[in-house]
Amino acid sequence: MQTIFSIGADALAYGMVLFVISIGLSVTMGLMKFVNLAHGAFAMLGGYIASYATQSLGWHFGFALLAAVALCMILAVPLERFLYRRFYGASELRQVLMTIGLTFMMIGIANWLMGPTLKTIALPPSLQGPVDIGFRSFPAHKIFAAAVGLITALGLWLLIERTFFGVKLRAAVDDAKMAEALGIRTKAVYAISFALAIGLAAMGGVVGAQLLPIEPQYALHHMVTFLVVVCVGGAGSIGGALAACLILGMVKTTGAYLWPEFGNFFFYLAVIAIVSMLPNGLMGRAK
Amino acid sequence: MNTISLWRRGFKGDLITIAVMVTLAVICFHFMPSNLSFFTRIIAIMLLVLAIDLVTGFTGIATLGHAALYGAGAYAAGIAAAKFGINDPVLMLLVGIVAGALMGLLSSLVILRGHGLSQLVLSIAVVQLAREAANRFSTWTGGSDGLAGISPAPLFGMWRFDLWGRTSYWLAVALLIVTFITLRQIIRSPFGKLCQAIRQDPVRVRAMGAPVYLTQVKMYVISGAVAGLGGALSAVATKVVGLDSLSFELSAEAVVMLVLGGTANLYGALIGSAVFMWFEHTMSTINPYHWLTIVGALLVAIVLFAPRGLTGLAESLWARLMKGAFK
Repeated sequence: MQTIFSIGADALAYGMVLFVISIGLSVTMGLMKFVNLAHGAFAMLGGYIASYATQSLGWHFGFALLAAVALCMILAVPLERFLYRRFYGASELRQVLMTIGLTFMMIGIANWLMGPTLKTIALPPSLQGPVDIGFRSFPAHKIFAAAVGLITALGLWLLIERTFFGVKLRAAVDDAKMAEALGIRTKAVYAISFALAIGLAAMGGVVGAQLLPIEPQYALHHMVTFLVVVCVGGAGSIGGALAACLILGMVKTTGAYLWPEFGNFFFYLAVIAIVSMLPNGLMGRAK
Repeated sequence: MNTISLWRRGFKGDLITIAVMVTLAVICFHFMPSNLSFFTRIIAIMLLVLAIDLVTGFTGIATLGHAALYGAGAYAAGIAAAKFGINDPVLMLLVGIVAGALMGLLSSLVILRGHGLSQLVLSIAVVQLAREAANRFSTWTGGSDGLAGISPAPLFGMWRFDLWGRTSYWLAVALLIVTFITLRQIIRSPFGKLCQAIRQDPVRVRAMGAPVYLTQVKMYVISGAVAGLGGALSAVATKVVGLDSLSFELSAEAVVMLVLGGTANLYGALIGSAVFMWFEHTMSTINPYHWLTIVGALLVAIVLFAPRGLTGLAESLWARLMKGAFK
């Protein structure tokens, strides 16, 4: 019983960290039809900025988080304008290759500027200690990550389903020409959505840094995991991404607890099983 | 169309290709004798890139998991030699071809279930699963230490695999030429044309009554055989098989090479892998991280400005030149 609760708690924390990082990718892939494999690289960039701000500048964790998100979003605007925009509507393979190229560049630059070592982000005292949650004590930062994940899911759902911006975004996605004819500035909508997705990546990178440590190969190591999460959940679906993260987190954590030597084996077996049965993901929209 | 007329049609072009390849091989052999094992490695990877071109360029199946087929060939040939004592290099290569084809069949059954993005993810899952398996069953594969103890017997009982890699170099060149010419025939055959039609419009092909799924599976098996041959060649030539021959990174790099050279063009696969690997070889000795930055920038530039790759770029330049000359 104790083990089941432990697995559940760890799976939840891991799943929510995955969720925070991957949900931005799900937005770009589902709503903007763009396979942005550089998403993990932006999460890494956010992590580096927060690490630099807390360790070298001595900033508080909260400010560092805000700075990381803001800087990444500012960087995203020109990138979207001059690079990504040219690939809207291009084949998946071309988008994949362009963003793999971007990832390579960011890895090379990160290594050059920050060195090949692991970077940590200083946590505030309130997030450092363990918290007693009844059956065992649990690291506070994992609870924080899970909470951030839930708030993000709710906020994003509200934004897309309940605000005027969400209406414009969905209109621009479904029929760009018609949306434009109705006076929606689709280019601006895409740019804002892209920046938002990158901001979410940066936030995920910072919040999840304790579980997925920041190092130059981060973008390449976890790229596959993020892509898998989005595909299993169904691109563009918040609920699907949430479900996918929880299921995959559960599979991975259970595997790590019970059959450690088989590690990722069950993870990818589950991926193949789910994706071959549901090619559009758990809650994806049929194409 | 029968086989003889097929052979005749491309005969002249094939002869020129063979002549150019042999000339290049002889030049490389005489002027860069210390790099022979590197050239052999390039040829092994060329076979992998050719295999990807068959499914991605000609049949339109997106994959980032083709290293699973290459790795299957490499491990099968290696295990045959190290654990079962099958040391004859030709037999090892055959084992690699069969293993690659089988892996191609298996992975096509998985990968063809998806479209677009889910196809890419399924192909990635296949290669990751294969890698995990190779890592875990270390009594057979050597795990992360790699599979050692492969000692191929002399080729045809006559040529020993020497320290300078001369035998494996000429073996690789011969394999590349034979494979390339065979693939040219396959591409020109009605079957090859059917594959290209499926890439352009699978719905229409199905409406015309041709089997789409079966053709894709067949092409995947052929592609697996070619990739498996590449893997087996690397096992014979380097005498070790490592986990890196079964990685997502290798798959992604091979696709990059293909796009760099130009898809749906067998020459593009050759040129792309040669240029990429030569570039990597020279740049990574200077600084491995700058190499990664530069290759990333190169990749973005290629996808942005020359979506048809180096061969496509050359073609359009040539066409422009010809137009200028005859104006």
